[in-house]
Parts: sequence; structure tokens; C-alpha cells
Amino acid sequence: MTNSDKASNSNWTIIFICWILASVSTLGSLFFSEIMEFPPCALCWYQRVFMFPLVIIFLIGLFPLDKSIIKYTLPLALVGWSFAFYHYLLYSGFIPERIQPCSQGVSCSETYLDLFGFLTIPMLSLLSFSTIIVLLFVLKRRLSK
Amino acid sequence: MKKQFIVLISIVFLILLFVFGVNIYKTQQAKKYGFMAQENASTFVREYSQTLGSDDAKVYLVKFSDPACETCSAFHPFVKKLMAINEGKIKLVIRYAPFHDGADYFVKILEAAKKQGKYWETLDVMYKTQRYWASHHNPQPQRIWRFLSRAGLDLERIRNDMKDPEIAAIIQQDLTDAKTLDVRKTPGFFVNGKPLPSFGYQQLQELVESEIKKYY
Repeated sequence: MTNSDKASNSNWTIIFICWILASVSTLGSLFFSEIMEFPPCALCWYQRVFMFPLVIIFLIGLFPLDKSIIKYTLPLALVGWSFAFYHYLLYSGFIPERIQPCSQGVSCSETYLDLFGFLTIPMLSLLSFSTIIVLLFVLKRRLSK
Repeated sequence: MKKQFIVLISIVFLILLFVFGVNIYKTQQAKKYGFMAQENASTFVREYSQTLGSDDAKVYLVKFSDPACETCSAFHPFVKKLMAINEGKIKLVIRYAPFHDGADYFVKILEAAKKQGKYWETLDVMYKTQRYWASHHNPQPQRIWRFLSRAGLDLERIRNDMKDPEIAAIIQQDLTDAKTLDVRKTPGFFVNGKPLPSFGYQQLQELVESEIKKYY
């Protein structure tokens, strides 16, 4: 196996992991809303809007390995991350609730899930978006070498 | 080719994981809410239905009964004994199937007594004195009144309250549900929605015990 093959394999693996992350996040959020029947709040919906398509885009980028995938997925991930970050701040009380934009229907700051005492749904979303972004930046650096 | 395989396996794995999660969650919920999580639970237990026992009980013993029915009366102490033995685990639900002629008269008295908070006392008095007013060869519904004061009821209020159309609607709904559930004789028992395999004390006790085993 040549060096370039190895490098290309690692690049493929990075996108593959991104795809797994997006898939797990998508299925997880569907589990919360469809099975556990937690109504998704407005901010959750915006995060979903930017997470769900990543599953398809990453999958397409895997066959054959498409290096331009960063160009398409990074913007989505960044916007999704911004919503997740804002949601996280709202959730943990850094931003007072009264200025939140989603007062109608479901409150964005209501806690539905508290895994192990610290993992909340917005935190999971933030973690997922963050990891995807980090991986995409790593890939970007590797490709520009 | 190998990569396609990895992705395919991952997809299958993720979907299986999801389905598995759904199953685990549903079983957990079913355990938590027990019988009341069933889709048709409301056919067995209506909002208005009189119940006895803890709200946390996981075994719902639904009894379609008729105050004028001798066997219902005979089963009453047995059911109470079952509940006492399995304290906190059984919730008794009384539904009406007044199949005896004119039996809805007694149901109306019972529901009117409920408004005075004397439901179970009145039912006890009814069952204990049943032979005097509900005897098959000589039913004399009016004779029930002389016994009712034993339950500490305000009889004037009962006479008024039993005309409430809401009570008539309750009887109608119960009869409809009895028909849906194919109750043709009283008492008609359902334990967590399951009918008795055949009628009898032993069978009722076994069914209750098997449901208790399932949830506790």
C-alpha cells in the first residue's frame, strides 16, 4: 500500500466517522421526538434542519471519496453548531429565559433529559456538531498539506 | 468494496440499535404504566369509573357487575380478600352491567351515593341486604330504601341525585363497553384486560396472581 493510499484511507475514515456521528444524532433526535414523544422546541428544529442533511451528504461523499465534501458540510455544521451553542447557553442559564425566541408552544429551556446528571439534549447536540466540525477541520488540514 | 461493506453494516447496525432502543423503551414504559398503557384501556376503565385501591397498583381488576346480581354479591368479599392479601398491587374498577330487570335503579342509587362519598358503604349494604329486595321470585326494589340509611346516606338527596342524566349516561356507556368486551353475564371480570379462562373463584385468583407475578 502506498502512502497516498494510506492517507486517502484515513481521510475516508474521518468522513465515515462524521457520517456515523450525524446518523447517531439524527436517529437519537428522532428517538426523543417520535418514541419518547418529547416535543422538539423551535431551536431544536433549527439544529435538526442542519443535522439531518449531513447524514445524506456525508454518505454521498464516501463513495467515491469526495474531498470537496468539506465545502458542503462545514457551513451546515457551523450554522447548526451556532444554534446548538445558543441553545446550550439558554439551557444552562447563561442567557436569561425571557429573551429566548421560542416562547410559544414548547419552552427551549425546559429540561427533558438529564443523563448521568450532566448530559442534556442540547449538550448532546453541541457535542455532536463540535466533533463533526473538529473532524472536518482536521481533514481540511490534511488535504491542504 | 470493503468500504461499501463497512457502511452497509453500519447502517444495519444503527437501524437495529434504534429498533432495539424502541423496544427497550416501550417495555419500560409498559412496566411503568402497566395495563393503563394499553391502547384500549379506556374501554375497561372510564374516567368516571369508581375504583378502589392504590393509584400505583399495576393489576387492574375490572368487575362488570350488577347490584342486584347474587353472584356479584358473593364475589365481593372474595375480591376484597384478594386485595387485602396483595395490598397496594390491585386496583378494583367497578363497571355496571345491570342485566337484571330494573337493576339500573340500584346503579342510580349507588352513583347518587357516590356524590355523598358513601359509595363503598352503600355497595356493602346493598350486597348484604340483597336477598330482601332482589330475590328472583319476588323482586321488591322499593324495599331497598329501608336499608340504605345504614350506609349513613341522606335519602332525600339520593332520590334527587339519582335522576341526574349523567348517571343514565354512565350506565349507557358501561353497557356499551360491556357489549364491546362481550360481557353477557355478571360478574364479568377482567384482570389487566384479560378475561377469566372460565368462571370461578379459583380462576380469578390464579389470573390475578399471574398478573401480579408479571408486574412485581
